[in-house]
Amino acid sequence: MNHNYFTLQDVERLEAQAVQIRKDIVSMIHDAGAGHPGGSLSAVEIITALYFHVMRIDPARPDWSERDRFILSKGHSCPALYAALARRGYFDPALLGTLRRYHSILQGHPDMNKTPGVDMTAGSLGNGLSAGVGMALSARLHRQDYTTYVMLGDGEIQEGLVWEAAMAANHHELKNLIAIIDCNGVQINGWVNDIMTVEPLADKWRAFGWRVLEIDGHDMKEVLTALHIAKSMRHHTVILARTVKGKGVSFMEDDCAWHGSAPNDEQLIQAMEEIRKGGVV
Amino acid sequence: MAQVLATRMAFGQELLEIARRNQNFVVCNADTKTCGLEKFGKEFPEREFSFGIAEQNLVAGAAGLAACRNKVFLATFAVFASMRACEQVRTFVCYPKLNVTIIGTHAGLQVGGDGATHAAIEDIAIMRSFPNMTVVQPADAVAARALAHAAVDFNGPLYIRLHRNPVADLYSPSNYRFEWGKARTVVDNGADLTMIVSGILLKKAVDAADALEKEGIHARVLDMATIKPLDEEAVIRSARETGAIITIEDHTILGGLGSAVAETVTEHCPVPVRRIGIRDQFGESGDPELLYRAHGMDTASITAAARELAARKNSHQ
Repeated sequence: MNHNYFTLQDVERLEAQAVQIRKDIVSMIHDAGAGHPGGSLSAVEIITALYFHVMRIDPARPDWSERDRFILSKGHSCPALYAALARRGYFDPALLGTLRRYHSILQGHPDMNKTPGVDMTAGSLGNGLSAGVGMALSARLHRQDYTTYVMLGDGEIQEGLVWEAAMAANHHELKNLIAIIDCNGVQINGWVNDIMTVEPLADKWRAFGWRVLEIDGHDMKEVLTALHIAKSMRHHTVILARTVKGKGVSFMEDDCAWHGSAPNDEQLIQAMEEIRKGGVV
Repeated sequence: MAQVLATRMAFGQELLEIARRNQNFVVCNADTKTCGLEKFGKEFPEREFSFGIAEQNLVAGAAGLAACRNKVFLATFAVFASMRACEQVRTFVCYPKLNVTIIGTHAGLQVGGDGATHAAIEDIAIMRSFPNMTVVQPADAVAARALAHAAVDFNGPLYIRLHRNPVADLYSPSNYRFEWGKARTVVDNGADLTMIVSGILLKKAVDAADALEKEGIHARVLDMATIKPLDEEAVIRSARETGAIITIEDHTILGGLGSAVAETVTEHCPVPVRRIGIRDQFGESGDPELLYRAHGMDTASITAAARELAARKNSHQ
């Protein structure tokens, strides 16, 4: 690699980290007996790249005012975020086993007051980009140079509020807001485009005044490159990350049945084995 | 004689005045004529954010600003703040306890000609049900101005309910101080019954108390500006000391002040409670005073209801 924004060693390190996060996701949801593995697994490379390479953060100071912000608008995919936060040092990875339990810091959907490192409460779909607009406006008001990243699902953008926020980001000419759409193509009851077509996605975002990048959301180099380009544009940009729902676990891939169900003991063993083998590192 | 102002305009003007010396808050606007804050951006272009006709984005955007430790005021009609953006208020302001003040204007039947679509008669019931939310409603322009100062210093989710049209001032600036969560005794003629009022109908209750006094019925009137958290102590004391309570509000009797008072009275000191407000119907277009009369919320109806309640109380003794 000749880019100065990542090296081949970075890519290898991040890919290994992604394997760990996939294992954490499957194991957490198995232990909890409930959760959303499909959309967590599809988001892994992006969340890993953000938390382990791209974002300006300090796990010792989760409230640092100059930190980059991340909003997981598709909040049901929080096992991926929780695993990244724990492995990055925001809290003890042993707590991952408490997902969805009574009094756990790891709620079924992200809670900014309970989990160190969670920048915004989220989970009810369609709201995160609006909160991201507010955070980006705050940065401008206080002349801060942090970037706000918002991850949405492709099913999620069926919510009308997403487009109110897309319009507002353009109206306010936000230069510090990056949206990433985890385009795994599947929502709870089937294929996104069978339930409510969202395509042509790139055209829609362009029509709303956004710059658009399209990548393979599981190719770490593409993810890192896109995040770098998006930031250097100084213009609200959306990354359409083409992904596979349930990525890394053969029986979960592209199957809406795994949007919101937990693996049993046997399935856990198989999933862990596949994730380990899939991570060639 | 000072100019008579609607509570919404008094609040908005005062907030604008405070903004000239206090840099520590921002304003998010929808495209409505709410309380004069539409002009905020002209004077403070950096501190005003326009969200257009998009109330869900207005509230969720304000939540994002507040998550970065800004004190945020947002203004829109009460009907949109409480219903179009209901979930954003609940999940992204109240649940994370963010420092957002929601200014809901054009509340109740006083909205007049705009009719049922725009008359928020359910907003208190909705806002009151959210954990972490504080709900207040000033009775006149003096109280609204004092509330603007209190709101700037407040930290957390806050709903301020304001009315569209001017009402005569009951208070004077020299004798009014806003106190969170405290009922204010406005009339203390005796212990026959207590009228508990929130908002601009306070004047009607005071007039009714005067009329009752002439008939030998000695009423108390409490201004319950803070509906949540309710001044339970004042409610229980009224129940104990006067043995009968009438609640008066420009809102449905389902879930608002009347319900809050009835819940407290029932739990702690059961006495007869009569709720005056809109009785499970929508509003309609018309002159506000005519609407108040039609819904039994004018001075004469309040007086009659009080007379009836006093008689009922005495017949049980």
